[in-house]
Amino acid sequence: MATTETPGFEVDPSLYRNLENAQVNVELDNGDMILNLGPQHPATHGTLRLVVRLDGERVVAADPVIGYMHRGYEKLTEFRTYPQITTLVNRIDWLSSFANEVPFVHGAEQLMGITAPPRAEWIRTILTELSRIATIYLFLGEMGLQVGALTPAFWGFRDREHVLNLIESATGGRFHPNFNRIGGLKEDLPWGWIAECRATMDKILRGCDDFEDVLVGNEIFEARTRGIGIIPGELGTAYGVSGANLRASGVDWDLRRDGKPYLAYPEVDFKVWTHPDGDSFARYWVRLQETREAVRIVLQLLDSLPAGPIMAKVPRIIKVPEGEVWTEVENPLGQMGYYIISKGATGPFRVKIRSASFSNVSILPWLLRGVYVPDVITIMGSLYFILGDIDR
Amino acid sequence: MADETPEASSPDAPAPDAPPASEPATEVEASAAAEPAVAAQAPEETVDLDPEIEALFARFEAALGEGVVDHAGSYGTLVVRVRPDAWRRAAEVARADLDCDYLSFVSGIDWMPAPKAPGDEGGDTSAPVQPDTMTFGVTGSDGRFQVFGHVQSTTKHWGITLKTDVSEQEPRVDSWVGVYPGADWHERECWEMYGVDFTGHPKIRHLYLPAEFEGHPLRKDFALVAREVKPWPGLVDVEPMPGDDTPDETAEGGT
Repeated sequence: MATTETPGFEVDPSLYRNLENAQVNVELDNGDMILNLGPQHPATHGTLRLVVRLDGERVVAADPVIGYMHRGYEKLTEFRTYPQITTLVNRIDWLSSFANEVPFVHGAEQLMGITAPPRAEWIRTILTELSRIATIYLFLGEMGLQVGALTPAFWGFRDREHVLNLIESATGGRFHPNFNRIGGLKEDLPWGWIAECRATMDKILRGCDDFEDVLVGNEIFEARTRGIGIIPGELGTAYGVSGANLRASGVDWDLRRDGKPYLAYPEVDFKVWTHPDGDSFARYWVRLQETREAVRIVLQLLDSLPAGPIMAKVPRIIKVPEGEVWTEVENPLGQMGYYIISKGATGPFRVKIRSASFSNVSILPWLLRGVYVPDVITIMGSLYFILGDIDR
Repeated sequence: MADETPEASSPDAPAPDAPPASEPATEVEASAAAEPAVAAQAPEETVDLDPEIEALFARFEAALGEGVVDHAGSYGTLVVRVRPDAWRRAAEVARADLDCDYLSFVSGIDWMPAPKAPGDEGGDTSAPVQPDTMTFGVTGSDGRFQVFGHVQSTTKHWGITLKTDVSEQEPRVDSWVGVYPGADWHERECWEMYGVDFTGHPKIRHLYLPAEFEGHPLRKDFALVAREVKPWPGLVDVEPMPGDDTPDETAEGGT
């Protein structure tokens, strides 16, 4: 250790040690910087934390940290009866709660060998599509917000309210309807609902036109989304990316059309939109078309709504026979599935919940490599995930 | 919904009748026999195997060969149980020969019945009463743990559920990450929830739970503590329905 003679002044030797260390500190690793995005960031729709390693403005590696909202639904389902579980699955993707209930009750119905009456299936389909509109509409607005356009976000929230009002007047719940019963629905549609639904669909179509006018073709929006965050189709499937995210990569796959027939979808005529580019813009464009297609589906179903009961004959105590069933549906965010294993009791033995956002987000480490920091936000926004759907 | 709860939650509700025992599955060997109260049985097919599923299975079996242990059709989905050493090969075959380009999920199953029967002293009084014998689903199992996954084809629109047995002493199976990169997170989840290790996974670590978490929550012997210390709060709301034959005893303290 270097010592300096200072008459009359005793220097604490530790100061010298610090001085030596200071030499080391100057030569710190100046290559990469770690940046923590989240857990609370407006673009994440919940609490997703993203640890990114930066080289200048460029992302070297990104690691999503999830689990802040993990509620253990797969464990909880083993402690509930079948009718109680619909309240749980409501809260997986909380923006399209109704759509989460449908595959679960379908699985239980298949195991019990009962089918819901046609009117119930029709109303389920209508409400599923309304959930789709409500969910995607928020995205159409918020995607503008990610690139700095404030107005579309207000439009998104404003018009989504019309749809939520419809869902509320039919089911009693704005976000968590819990309207499905094993064997049918809780109640029939209220008086005047159909006319109101038609009027709302008009508003939605006009809103879609507004979004198209303001964002699609907008120079800033295109510059921020075109060619950004490209997912190749074959990589998307291998990661389990589904829904509009996959169709925007040119994979023509929609479980409403291609899966096992469910609900009233075989009866309606609709187009599955795809886009070859696979970038953030394509994901926005596909979702915009899907909203219009959902309106078309709802209008067709309102025209062909059959009369009849809304509840099949089911035993008062629901006991589901032994068996295993895999049910999958096309949810607003992608493929939603339940693998239900029953042992003949009033509750399931094991339920594997396959939620769309979980797989959609698992591609982030690959997707964010090499992009610039501002694009991280638009890419995450364009993937459109709900944290409850990741964390379950 | 309240009308379902009284009998479902009643502590003295009779356990459901044991499923009719059919002939023992040949796969169940000595290791399974060591388990307490193993009902070795092969459940009959839930639906007739339709020709499409049989044709799909024939293609799969032709490509995988020896690795196939058992198969079944369950409500329109082909379920194939493969040998543990063929687990990764099964994914490769599904991807290459069956065009299953899409990974849906990978997860685990713990076939052990929950150790504490509902209604026991201090036990969970709200959980549905499950049978206390070990049964193994549509394609059987060798023991307590299984890993299963579902892959699909986005072009041919079919899907296949693959299952494999995992040893209870050393739960370990090959990773699918090399075949389907999306298996990464699914296997991390399975590892922390069931304690199954995946050979060849690039970096297995906690996904949902904090790094210092101990135990494997989705194993059946991992107690749901909230229900151990306090019964399901909804129980106090349960009132006997008019016309109920048996008075409900769990409604004590109800208002």
